Amino acid sequence: MHDLSPITALGGSAARVETVGAVTLTERPDVALASVAARRGQAEACATALTRLLGAAAPAPGKSSAGDPFSAVWMGPGQWMLSADFTTHEDIAAMLKDALADMASITEQTDAWTCFDLTGQGAFAVLELLCNVNLTTFHAGNATRSTIHHLGCFVICTEPDTSVRIIGPRASAGSLHHAITTAMAAAL
Amino acid sequence: MIINHPLLGPRDSAEFVYLGTADLMNRPDPDTATPEDWHDYAYLRDNPAGTHRELWFHDGGDRSILIVTRDTITHEISAVELALKTRAEA
Amino acid sequence: MTPKNRLDGGQIDRNTTLSFSFDGKQYTGHPGDTLASALLANNVRLMGRSFKYHRPRGPMTAGSEEPNAIVELRSGARQEPNTRATTAELFDGLAARSQNRWPSLKFDVMSINDRFSNFLTAGFYYKTFMWPAAFWEKLYEPIIRKAAGLGSLSMQADPDDYDKGFRHCDLLIVGAGPAGLSAALTAGRSGRQVIVADEDFRMGGRLNAETFEVADMAGADWAAQAVAELSAMPNVRLMPRTTVIGAFDHGIYGAVERISDHLPTPPTGKPRQILWRIYSGQTLLCAGATERPIAFNNNDRPGIMLAASVRAYVNRWAATPAQRVAIFTNNDDGHRTARDLHAKGVKVAAVIDTRADAPGAIDYEVLSGAQVVDTKGRLGVTFVELKLADGNSRTIECGALGVSGGWNPNVHLTCHQRGRPQWNGALAAFVPGGTLPPGMIVAGAANGAFSTHGALKSGADAARKALGLEGRAPELPQAEDAPVTQTPFWYVEGCSRAWLDQQNDVTVKDVKLSHQEGFRSVEHLKRYTTLGMATDQGKTSNMGGLAIMAELAGKAIPEVGTTVFRPPYTPTAIGVLAGRMRGTEFHPTRLTPSHYWAQERGAVFVEVGNWLRAQWFPLPGETHWRQSVDREVMATRASVGVCDCTTLGKIDVQGVDAAAFLNKLYCNGFAKLAVGKTRYGLMLREDGIAMDDGTAARLAEDHFVVTTTTANAGKVYQHMEFVRQCLMPDADVQLISTTEAWAQFAVAGPNSRRLLQKIVDPDVDISNDAFPFMACGNITVCGGLRARLFRISFSGELAFEIAVPARYGDALMRRLMAEGEEFDVTPYGTEALSVMRIEKGHAAGNELNGTTTALNLGMGRMVSRSKDSIGSKLSERPGLNEDDALMQVGLRPVSRDDKITAGGILMRADGPVDAAHSQGYVTSAAFSPTLGSMIGLGFLKDGGVRTGETLRLVSPLTDLTVEVEVEVVSPHFVDPEGERLRA
Repeated sequence: MHDLSPITALGGSAARVETVGAVTLTERPDVALASVAARRGQAEACATALTRLLGAAAPAPGKSSAGDPFSAVWMGPGQWMLSADFTTHEDIAAMLKDALADMASITEQTDAWTCFDLTGQGAFAVLELLCNVNLTTFHAGNATRSTIHHLGCFVICTEPDTSVRIIGPRASAGSLHHAITTAMAAAL
Repeated sequence: MIINHPLLGPRDSAEFVYLGTADLMNRPDPDTATPEDWHDYAYLRDNPAGTHRELWFHDGGDRSILIVTRDTITHEISAVELALKTRAEA
Repeated sequence: MTPKNRLDGGQIDRNTTLSFSFDGKQYTGHPGDTLASALLANNVRLMGRSFKYHRPRGPMTAGSEEPNAIVELRSGARQEPNTRATTAELFDGLAARSQNRWPSLKFDVMSINDRFSNFLTAGFYYKTFMWPAAFWEKLYEPIIRKAAGLGSLSMQADPDDYDKGFRHCDLLIVGAGPAGLSAALTAGRSGRQVIVADEDFRMGGRLNAETFEVADMAGADWAAQAVAELSAMPNVRLMPRTTVIGAFDHGIYGAVERISDHLPTPPTGKPRQILWRIYSGQTLLCAGATERPIAFNNNDRPGIMLAASVRAYVNRWAATPAQRVAIFTNNDDGHRTARDLHAKGVKVAAVIDTRADAPGAIDYEVLSGAQVVDTKGRLGVTFVELKLADGNSRTIECGALGVSGGWNPNVHLTCHQRGRPQWNGALAAFVPGGTLPPGMIVAGAANGAFSTHGALKSGADAARKALGLEGRAPELPQAEDAPVTQTPFWYVEGCSRAWLDQQNDVTVKDVKLSHQEGFRSVEHLKRYTTLGMATDQGKTSNMGGLAIMAELAGKAIPEVGTTVFRPPYTPTAIGVLAGRMRGTEFHPTRLTPSHYWAQERGAVFVEVGNWLRAQWFPLPGETHWRQSVDREVMATRASVGVCDCTTLGKIDVQGVDAAAFLNKLYCNGFAKLAVGKTRYGLMLREDGIAMDDGTAARLAEDHFVVTTTTANAGKVYQHMEFVRQCLMPDADVQLISTTEAWAQFAVAGPNSRRLLQKIVDPDVDISNDAFPFMACGNITVCGGLRARLFRISFSGELAFEIAVPARYGDALMRRLMAEGEEFDVTPYGTEALSVMRIEKGHAAGNELNGTTTALNLGMGRMVSRSKDSIGSKLSERPGLNEDDALMQVGLRPVSRDDKITAGGILMRADGPVDAAHSQGYVTSAAFSPTLGSMIGLGFLKDGGVRTGETLRLVSPLTDLTVEVEVEVVSPHFVDPEGERLRA
């Protein structure tokens, strides 16, 4: 076991939590991420293999799939972002490589991103100040890439108006966090 | 503008980066092209007042490049295709 | 005590009294009041001075079309000039001031302009202040600006926040008058997603200002009931205080919501305003209509208002502008004002109707076929002079005059794309026409349906049409359906100083003058006279100007056409267009993994793109940045230095065809690069110009990691996607950025290997044999952490770049510092990095500047002729390969103390100094502590064979008198044979 201590994307040793009104923003450093991109001609085989891994169909465009241990978000044609618990799946890329063999190109993405959960009644009122996602049709299991504060983010709906996951670029975690918390103060 | 993404549905054009004419996909064949062909490809652009086929890169989305057929006068968009699919099937 | 002109009734909350001040004097009003209604209730008619002539002015309207009652609100940094008193919601403690007057509103010195009005006609400024030219900026403009009627800025930063937001709906309804509410009820009951936006703080539009009944109740009550029903619908979002300012492509609308303007200051954390981007499937424009005035001499005195606005003040705000009011009208609508005034107990002095067949009245005098020809009263109207039907004159005493010339549909938003209004003869008005914004339907008065029933019906019908609702049309509430005919009557014959545009002081005479001087296009009329160019954009004045122009030209109004309406519909604060993106939040900031550590070390940071990078690390006692940078360079070259280079773009390229893909991207070959090796690569644009450079490391047969320059990371990724999707669709290639996933540090200097040996795990052999120059590999560090190691060098020293997952970057940097203590390890910043790369002669952004080719960069032979790559063909063009082509060279001052300036131009040792004789230019310059003088990199004609030549360096942009003698040398100032980096 190595002896380097990690810091979160916001620079702390523990996850940051902010609450305004009924809505809480939680930094989630405990999410491991890896991208899975099907090799040419392997999209269907790859989707089938992912279905086995996820215990549910590989998400279609604009969708996500939540499971245990793996969840997935559609990223692009033949491409998915898989996530799992960091403590048990820090080596998510290697695990997926074993599972998907030559079907797909796997790239570790854990620390390319910072993950935030926005939970509580009124989360959508915050979200509408942040990005152009159509919230009138943003149901559980919907996921999209959108721009927040000029940052390309994944926005995933786990429960309309009460639970949203935002995954944004790690190096800009401070700016993203600032944007979300000011929107919380403005909207709630 | 709204671009109707073939996979993701209507998306704000602000999510895209404009890459120019769809003619850029027709790169000259390096084995047979003349210097004039290369010159035309690199430098000559039509500037139609009307229908224009152009490339839009979904930078803020799924990273697909779309071929958008757009009327440059009215901004009406009459067709949207995935560049990769279109090329691969051609 | 109830103010003098406060009436009974109205939609104000009399249980609460608000106090406010105007020009320092205290008044009272109630919630529901606007500043204008409260001032009128307090018998204040005079609210401002006009722009050019400084004539006394009072409110002309009761809404956003107001040209006259323009005031400054608040004080200090929140002071807001040019605000309409007619829309400013009253709050307790509001402090308002009149503008454009000195020393006071009632006695304004500049009103002397009015006496010189014969000179100050249209075009006065253009004609008068022409000579001498130098006087314009220094003398004329400052004087004119001071005299001209705009409010003053606080000159302080706006303390308030603004937000942007996004909303989606099936149907956007713009305007919540009878048409809008009727449409909203129809659409809302269907269950579809509906947004209703209205600029007023109270929805209902004209229903709040009229005494008509709707469904056997007061119109205002029906409106309140409709609003209550809509509020209860989860699928309907009501947005009062929200102005739709523009109609953009494909159903996107811009709307400004005033969140806190009705409060003394925004509550903590709340924005002042929000700019909403509304994505609508369909849109109903129910923006109503604006009453138009009639021009007659001195029609601008305080107290002279639009008749329906008088009615609005009386009915909605229980405020009358005077105790004795006359009406001047050319249509039936004006008579409604007289009836409502009378019902409220206000004396109607007379109704002057231009029509010979005007309807009569019992309660007050109606003068048919009569006209108002002039008015009197210094700071407000006191008398109006009439010309009666029989030609006789008569004077009537009154404190206010309501004027009605008919109504103009509010077509503005229909024109924001390609719509051009059409003339409707029966209404003598422009109605929506041409190509409306796709998805827009116009209903109610905005479409010429002027009766209440007409508005209710057209709103409901339009909503059904827009949403494709089937089934029986809903029952409509009972409402008046008076037929409306309007006949043109723009101005009173023989008038001259009759105001059309009251905000910009444009008179009938000015329009005539403009015609006389040959301005025939309506757009020219507008620019020459400034008609319609004030903050109200001519909402009450454009039509009159057009009509007079048409008459003078002997044309019909539709032949003359209208000017083009553009966004925004009403004045919009610049702050709301910026939203939160200002100050340090102007763009997102990217922090490197070692940022917090660097902060602790007292690093000085520099913005590189969005990144904050450590520029240098000052030590105690260092007072000049050069001391720090020189030390960092010397220490690195002497022992070992560490620099965070995470910011370089990193792109993962995988797939069976990854090597073939890189072969296409880079001008040099990558197909034969062995696994475990790294290679420098140069990317060209298709036109043969260098685009970016970096390295590609082959981690596996089908896996490369490509690096790009920090600045070009996004652009290169985009280019790679273009090549992948558009040029090589059949190739098996997968791309993804990993820039931020890995913390990457350069460890450079003769002791770099010894330092790293303390970091990497024991089984990792990084000896020169096992891990030679340009090697790469996946390794483990610090007891098992996955890492990547590259033996590449930007400094010219023996160097490595080591990468670990970003979350461990901070700890790794601290570990490197701790383990490096025995080698006096030195962190270095971007300045030292830059000095070292110049000393080594490495090209960077200054050299890859969008004009240079591989040949210019001294890498001409790198362009592979044995394969096709982007830009390879056009890089062979004769024009890019001339004998005297620019070549990268090194430069040293002959006198070692001289300075080399980047951007300087190279000239021969003798001969003229001009552009025609330029030999090249300097791209990068730095003080080299290694060499003890300044050094430079530059491009020199035929530079490959001019080593040893002395040139003159000049800098035309700074000081042409300074010439520096420089010697042409190899660009590789340090270790030209590359022995150090292979050690």
